[in-house]
Amino acid sequence: MTEPLIDCEVQAVVQSIETLEPFLSSHWREVIAKTQFKGPTDTPYPPALPTSRRPGLDDVDGRPPGATLASIRTQALDPLGAELGILTCAYGVESVRNPDAAAAIASAINDWLAADFLEPEPRLRASISVPAQPAMAAEEIARVAPDPRFVQVYLPVRSALPYGNRVWLPLLEAAVEHDLPLALHFGGSPGLPPTASGWPTYYVEEYADMATAFQSQLTSLIAEGAFDRFPGLRVVLAGSGFAWLPAWTWRFDKVWRGLRREVPWNTRSPSETVRDQVRVTLQPVDGPADPAALLTVIEQLGSDELLMFSSDYPRGHAEEGLDALPAGMPPDLRRAILCGNARSFYPRLGAGADG
Amino acid sequence: MPEGGAERPAPATRHVVAHVDEIPPGSRKIVEVAGRSIGVFNVDGTFHALRNRCPHQGGPLCEGFLMSSLRSRGPGHYDHRPGETLVRCPWHGWEFDLRTGQSWFDPERTRVRSYRVSVENAGEPVPGPYVAERYGVTVEDSYVVVDLGR
Amino acid sequence: MAERASGAVIDCDIHNAPASEAALHTYLPASWRERRAATARLDAVWESQRETLGDRSYLGSEYPRATPRAARTDSWPPNGGPPASDLPFLREQLLDRYGMEYGVLTPMLGAGEQLDHESGAALATAINEWQIAEWLDPEPRLRASINVAYEDADLAAAEIHRVAGDGRFAQVLLLIRTAEPLGRRKYWRLYEAALEHDLPVGIHFGGWGRGPITSAGYGSFYIEDTVGMATAFQEQVTSMVCEGIFQRFPELKIVLIEGGIAWLAPLMWRLDRAWKQLRAEIPHVDRLPSEIIREHFWVTTQPIEEPPRRQDWPALLEQIGMNDRIMFATDYPHWDFDAPDRALPSFVDADVRQAIMSENARALYRFDA
Repeated sequence: MTEPLIDCEVQAVVQSIETLEPFLSSHWREVIAKTQFKGPTDTPYPPALPTSRRPGLDDVDGRPPGATLASIRTQALDPLGAELGILTCAYGVESVRNPDAAAAIASAINDWLAADFLEPEPRLRASISVPAQPAMAAEEIARVAPDPRFVQVYLPVRSALPYGNRVWLPLLEAAVEHDLPLALHFGGSPGLPPTASGWPTYYVEEYADMATAFQSQLTSLIAEGAFDRFPGLRVVLAGSGFAWLPAWTWRFDKVWRGLRREVPWNTRSPSETVRDQVRVTLQPVDGPADPAALLTVIEQLGSDELLMFSSDYPRGHAEEGLDALPAGMPPDLRRAILCGNARSFYPRLGAGADG
Repeated sequence: MPEGGAERPAPATRHVVAHVDEIPPGSRKIVEVAGRSIGVFNVDGTFHALRNRCPHQGGPLCEGFLMSSLRSRGPGHYDHRPGETLVRCPWHGWEFDLRTGQSWFDPERTRVRSYRVSVENAGEPVPGPYVAERYGVTVEDSYVVVDLGR
Repeated sequence: MAERASGAVIDCDIHNAPASEAALHTYLPASWRERRAATARLDAVWESQRETLGDRSYLGSEYPRATPRAARTDSWPPNGGPPASDLPFLREQLLDRYGMEYGVLTPMLGAGEQLDHESGAALATAINEWQIAEWLDPEPRLRASINVAYEDADLAAAEIHRVAGDGRFAQVLLLIRTAEPLGRRKYWRLYEAALEHDLPVGIHFGGWGRGPITSAGYGSFYIEDTVGMATAFQEQVTSMVCEGIFQRFPELKIVLIEGGIAWLAPLMWRLDRAWKQLRAEIPHVDRLPSEIIREHFWVTTQPIEEPPRRQDWPALLEQIGMNDRIMFATDYPHWDFDAPDRALPSFVDADVRQAIMSENARALYRFDA
């Protein structure tokens, strides 16, 4: 592959709490040993599903895809020829209610990523995992942010309160202070049902319903004025799909025109705000199968700067890698999606920020 | 709408719409003028006139609530300036400045037609003609005049 | 100033309301009138629901809404009653002004949201009798929706059987936020009952989902709640498709009311992709979700989305691919009312326009049959 490419989502998979033990204190190691505390057990990716594990991916060194650096190198970075890959880790810290355990596990994830992935592999960057307690999250951000290889803050898209709510301000302030985008990611286990009407029967519903979580979070961040309070706030939607964005934007813009009085701090329409301060990773592509129809949807997004290429490795999709980009895409747009938009949006990925 | 210099507008664009005491401060009147429905407002003694048709879906804009200006420097801040200078369409809530017709949400590009309104005393030598279909104009009285011209 | 649309107009969403609490009371089954009078708790619950008529929430999320009773501020009738409580004014402001041929009443008075299902069922009976006496009998252009206590399928079925013989009831009415996703088993007997009478099931904006509308907690503002209702619609369509209710009930017709329409296209794409990859979990769903949706769902227009560019409109209609299923609605008297002469862009093809403005509803509800 000769096209410059940044993979904005490569998932490092924690197989079990044992993976993180080397990075936990003696106290927590003892808790794990003597209580068999497993850490978070809810997962948005049931391991054997084709959407969780791309069919055809083999174990590497006896470990599943994503659990090791070797698998990420041979199955994600190398085949795509990626210049850079951004690691996320969907380990459900938010479901751990003991705040100290949550903080310890989040710190352990970050230390594990740094030691086992970032240190040996210069192409990798990472997301900062944080506990769901806003002040403690701010502390972890402050602790890890000096490492320039961490380029964003990871947040599960399903949370106990929407991220625009003012309780989250300490977290947003810390992220903005360090110029780190927030990455809202597929998943999250806050103990609330995935729908407005309770708990669905099937996983396939949860998988499809995740789009509504992204819609709600964006609505919250905009309505609550997070983007106005923090002009430097950047948000990445990771694992969200994007085909729902035009319809949602049209609805929100329409309503907003008449309800400005309720949210008078919004200086821009919702669609303008999204174009200015929100980006979306490519996978899972959720648009129509036909390439021309998919191009129409991409064009309806209203900005060539919105999408950022991702493999979403090791998850499985209808098309993988570069095949996910529809044929007939204008070359400028293709370059922007593959590399340019990420370079522009991530302060720590700007031109010359490597090395 | 701005009026150039001392020129008078073209004939028959100025319409008498009410006796001045029909629209006391804090009130409004919807009038039909040359086929247009227009809302005439008296806000603290100053008259304003807007087309009574919201540019959104044609709702009866001038029947809506009058609202005060509301600005905000950030979430949680409500800089409320009492003195109702906006009219809010009864349908989808689009708000327009009474003085200029500009919408709140998009002042540059979305607006409703506003008209010059004045109070004229019939005893003064003001060149006509006036259209005063429903008003018996007497020399002593004052009238609200809406100018449809630009 | 409001114009008659140039073709026929059928309004698929009119929220008529009683003039007062007492006005509905007269239609309650006699046994319930005594019980309600004797039980302060029920009356308090009833009062709080009455005050938030038209709201999306019950307990735990109160917002100052856009306008009093979320209604157009010009829709309060001159006789002093609440919006849409006075038939003569409703005729003047809606049916006659826009030259409507038919209007479908969708009163949202909380019958399905009552925690006490029997209380809700009694209220549903009252609402249905009130619709007949004060709306259907005096106004031949109107049709009604069967209110039911939908969280109890047996009680709901009983009410459907009780009134469905009156052909002026066009559908059964549910709300889009329910205690469980609507594909789930507890609602199947209700669908069965509707089908016994060949009635569509209309599912309307609103309702109490026993928790926040989002999967990430309560929003702080009304704007979030109202924009967020589109998420409830998406999730319920997902549930109904994935639970296979259309395989179980091949004749079932669902009308999605007051959700807007644009989200349907991306939902169909998303569900098709998910089904292709994950259909092993739902083997009873034997074909593409988009096919199922286009066959079994109808959708009303309001609040119609407003794409910013002219070319977005024909693209949107093509993407949805349901020109024979989209049905015009005003949502009178609510503030986000769509005017019949202005809601659809003028450049929409005339045949499509007429299908949306009247013919799709005429066919679904068999108004002239």
